[in-house]
Amino acid sequence: MMGQGPAPFLELQGVTKRYPNGTLALTDISLAVGAGEFLAIVGASGCGKSTILRHVAGLVAPTSGRIAWAQPAATGGIGPGGIGMVFQEPTLMPWARIQDNVRLPLDLAKVPRAEADARVSALLAQVGLADFARAYPRELSGGMKMRASIARALVTRPRLLLMDEPFAALDEITRQKLNDDLLALWREQRFTAMFVTHSVYEGVYLANRAIVMAPRPGRIHADIPLDLPYPRDEALRTDARYAAACRTVSLALAEAMRPPGRPSGESAA
Amino acid sequence: MNTVRRVAPVILGGIVLAAWEGLVRLLAIPAFVLPPPSAVVAALLADPNTLGLSLWFTLTVTLQAFALAVVGGVALAILFTRSPLLASALYPYAVILQVTPVMAIAPLLLVWVGYERVDLAQLILAWIVAFFPILGNTTLGLRSADAGLRDLFRLYGASKWQVLWRLELPSSLPYLLAGMKISGGLALIGAVVAEFVAGSGTGSGLAWRIVDASNRLNTPRMFAALALLSLLGITIFALLSLVQRLALRRWHDSEASRS
Repeated sequence: MMGQGPAPFLELQGVTKRYPNGTLALTDISLAVGAGEFLAIVGASGCGKSTILRHVAGLVAPTSGRIAWAQPAATGGIGPGGIGMVFQEPTLMPWARIQDNVRLPLDLAKVPRAEADARVSALLAQVGLADFARAYPRELSGGMKMRASIARALVTRPRLLLMDEPFAALDEITRQKLNDDLLALWREQRFTAMFVTHSVYEGVYLANRAIVMAPRPGRIHADIPLDLPYPRDEALRTDARYAAACRTVSLALAEAMRPPGRPSGESAA
Repeated sequence: MNTVRRVAPVILGGIVLAAWEGLVRLLAIPAFVLPPPSAVVAALLADPNTLGLSLWFTLTVTLQAFALAVVGGVALAILFTRSPLLASALYPYAVILQVTPVMAIAPLLLVWVGYERVDLAQLILAWIVAFFPILGNTTLGLRSADAGLRDLFRLYGASKWQVLWRLELPSSLPYLLAGMKISGGLALIGAVVAEFVAGSGTGSGLAWRIVDASNRLNTPRMFAALALLSLLGITIFALLSLVQRLALRRWHDSEASRS
């Protein structure tokens, strides 16, 4: 399935999820993710994008099918700390300072305090929050909270970063800045990224491959390679190739949303 | 504006006290019906040792019961949230204990512990009434930990102990502190009720001073003991409010928005 792409890193094999109430959230998801890929999962609300991430994170077990890792946990690949996750909300502990929030994954893994503190300050500097290490989350803006959340997800030096519409609640300017900073971190740390978004423009800007999801039940409609060059910056947003890629993904998305037996319509439900 | 607001209740209190003093003198109301504030102060100063000891005694019983209620309530709340079976088995009885008026339990309890151990009855009654708000609030608080944070802890393979200590207990803190504010006042009520119901015997707290002074128709002394009880209640409430404020002001909206 990966063809000439990078070495496979994880593979969802026929993953199907049916909830106890009978809802079929995902059906037969087969997807191989290469090491170092930046994957955008694009789709409308309710098409199971987040559910895919939750399966990969191990927060939900598939009803059938499996998730295979190229490198088993026993060999030091993916285990606790091997996966970082950024949720739609910053999901910070309100009672803890930013530095303590970012250190949480290391604390849970019982990493010695001195080493943990060093990693936290380095990462806070990288995401531009060095001056806010001792602040509490409520004292930060939405964008800064999201930066803290990203720092926390990266503090274990994960090999896989899962992001579930992390910037959806932010204003456009903050969002673009965070997109650029995220790309810089990705290029520097070479983690594999799975980024769920409902924005075609955001997905195409970030990723080198777009998975377009179709709803009810959630399934993969299209798998589109995005071979725009990195590093990407503001100039790309007016690039004709970017516009073309957005158009391709948008068309696939519109097609995915079309209910069977009807000529068109973007949200039938 | 702020200082005016703070001084306003003091001024109002002064006016009421002065009017009280003036009216009692003007209408020549007998002291055993309504003593003037000056007579209450005089009664307080006439026998500071007995009243002071009683204050100390009521304070000790109240604080002991309160401390036991906090420890017991938090411990049981933790057990309840670990074991739904235990929670559903015990919860109805905790509710029965809570909704039965403490005044109605007091005579029975006195029979059991004996009239020579009124202090023990005080402790138990104060504990019973103070316990429930702690249990109820802490249970609610432990369950209100953010679902996203729970996912995060699971993602990092956190142990049950880590989830409890680092996530659930801090999440429940605002609830616990609100429960403590209610419990502090209730503990005082429990401590007072036992002495009232006993009516005689080995009681030596402020409630007993009120009963005793009432039997002698020494109304100024009743007022004096009553004033000390109020003062005790106010102090407990103020201290717990302060603890709440200090613990939450940096991070919780309930307190942070006020600063």
